[in-house]
Amino acid sequence: MVSENWKTLTRPLLDENPITLQILGICSALAVTTSLDTALVMTIAVTAVLALSGGAISLVRHHLPHAIRIIVQITIIASLVIIVDLVLKAFFFEIGQRLSVFVGLIVTNCIVLGRAEGFAMRNGVVTSMLDGIGNGLGYGLILMLVGGVREFFGRGSLFGKQFLIPVSQGGGFEPLHIMLLPPSAFFIIAGIIWYIRRKRPAQVEKPEFQIQVDEKS
Amino acid sequence: MVDEVVSDRPSKVLQVALGIALVCALLVSFTAVTLRPYYIANLEAERMARLASILDALNESGQAKRFDDIEARVVNLETGAYAEKLDPATYDARRAANDPNASVAIPAELDLSGIKRRASHAVVYLLRKGDGTVDVIILPVRGVGYQSALYAYLALSADTREILALKFYEQGETPGLGSQIQNPRWESQWPGKQALDSEGKVSIRFDAISGATRTSIGVDRLLKFWLGDFGFGPYLNRVRAGEG
Repeated sequence: MVSENWKTLTRPLLDENPITLQILGICSALAVTTSLDTALVMTIAVTAVLALSGGAISLVRHHLPHAIRIIVQITIIASLVIIVDLVLKAFFFEIGQRLSVFVGLIVTNCIVLGRAEGFAMRNGVVTSMLDGIGNGLGYGLILMLVGGVREFFGRGSLFGKQFLIPVSQGGGFEPLHIMLLPPSAFFIIAGIIWYIRRKRPAQVEKPEFQIQVDEKS
Repeated sequence: MVDEVVSDRPSKVLQVALGIALVCALLVSFTAVTLRPYYIANLEAERMARLASILDALNESGQAKRFDDIEARVVNLETGAYAEKLDPATYDARRAANDPNASVAIPAELDLSGIKRRASHAVVYLLRKGDGTVDVIILPVRGVGYQSALYAYLALSADTREILALKFYEQGETPGLGSQIQNPRWESQWPGKQALDSEGKVSIRFDAISGATRTSIGVDRLLKFWLGDFGFGPYLNRVRAGEG
């Protein structure tokens, strides 16, 4: 049972990563990864919402009439997101302001509803919470990777600590401004997906169509 | 989908929906009430930081000022005189604006910025020159943007004709569009702008924000309102007459 729990927790890190395998939650992955500290706070916020919503939905799953299950899930998720937003406003004011709308948009993050409907509705409370934490960490892993690359090459810093001195301040580092713009997140995420699938060919999807070979010619 | 069939009877559906809504509402309200003092403290810190940033903007133009030099005074908006009985440190203009006894309704034709009521008093901040004459006046202004209340500090020169800075310290406008009113580059257009024309009428022209027309209109209207007769007009008249 312990090893089963461990698997639930670690599977979403690489084998079933919500971003690179399930391709969910891309919107926020583009928006909040211009620096490592916003990526880290976003990771913690999403992980908290995933774990708590997984647990809460799993707890009430035997009492949920089928007809209203989605709206109940959304109600629970939205309440948790509001609570997380309030906590950020109270204790992490400055960084909460930089994340602005993206905290509120966790409600519409496909990972949260996806795990609620796909996992928490069918599994026990502890397992569902572990699955939530695992998926949050899997999401966070990619976020931190992307955020690290973007902040390092876009600003020459990590967590706001300057490592490369830009030309404008007399150093030898020319910041890559594209790294601070959304397209760079697409490139980096695509690169990560390519690398993982190269190492683990089992993740490669089968092509939906095959080109017909013309046998006459 | 679910591992056992749950009854879809309307009574059950209603029961579950009401129950979940109630629990969620309680949780959210409890958190909101508990954390509110921390949030208010953060907003207050933000307000003070923005006030201090006005000094930074002035310092860049060579007028060395320190935060301790700021002198707070309460002004009676109707007469324009200082209200010596009220302590600027404890006067809460925001609470007063919602208190029927401490505020007045703004006549609809004068209510350019749509705030409906204003407090009867306001806390202004003064910076003095070495010889004690007023150098800079900082006025609290507020209005309505596209979807939120806007709060700002407006710094004026002693003759009240020139704007020295405009800093918004609280707003909930669309991120990336209306929220550009807090962008340093947009703020940098304000120093040196005229507030009143040669006849003493309010006249302000500034660069609006593309894609945030209603926020820009809101900024325009709130400035016109607060510099006008129902805003700080009487006070500014007194300042110009040398009674500040």
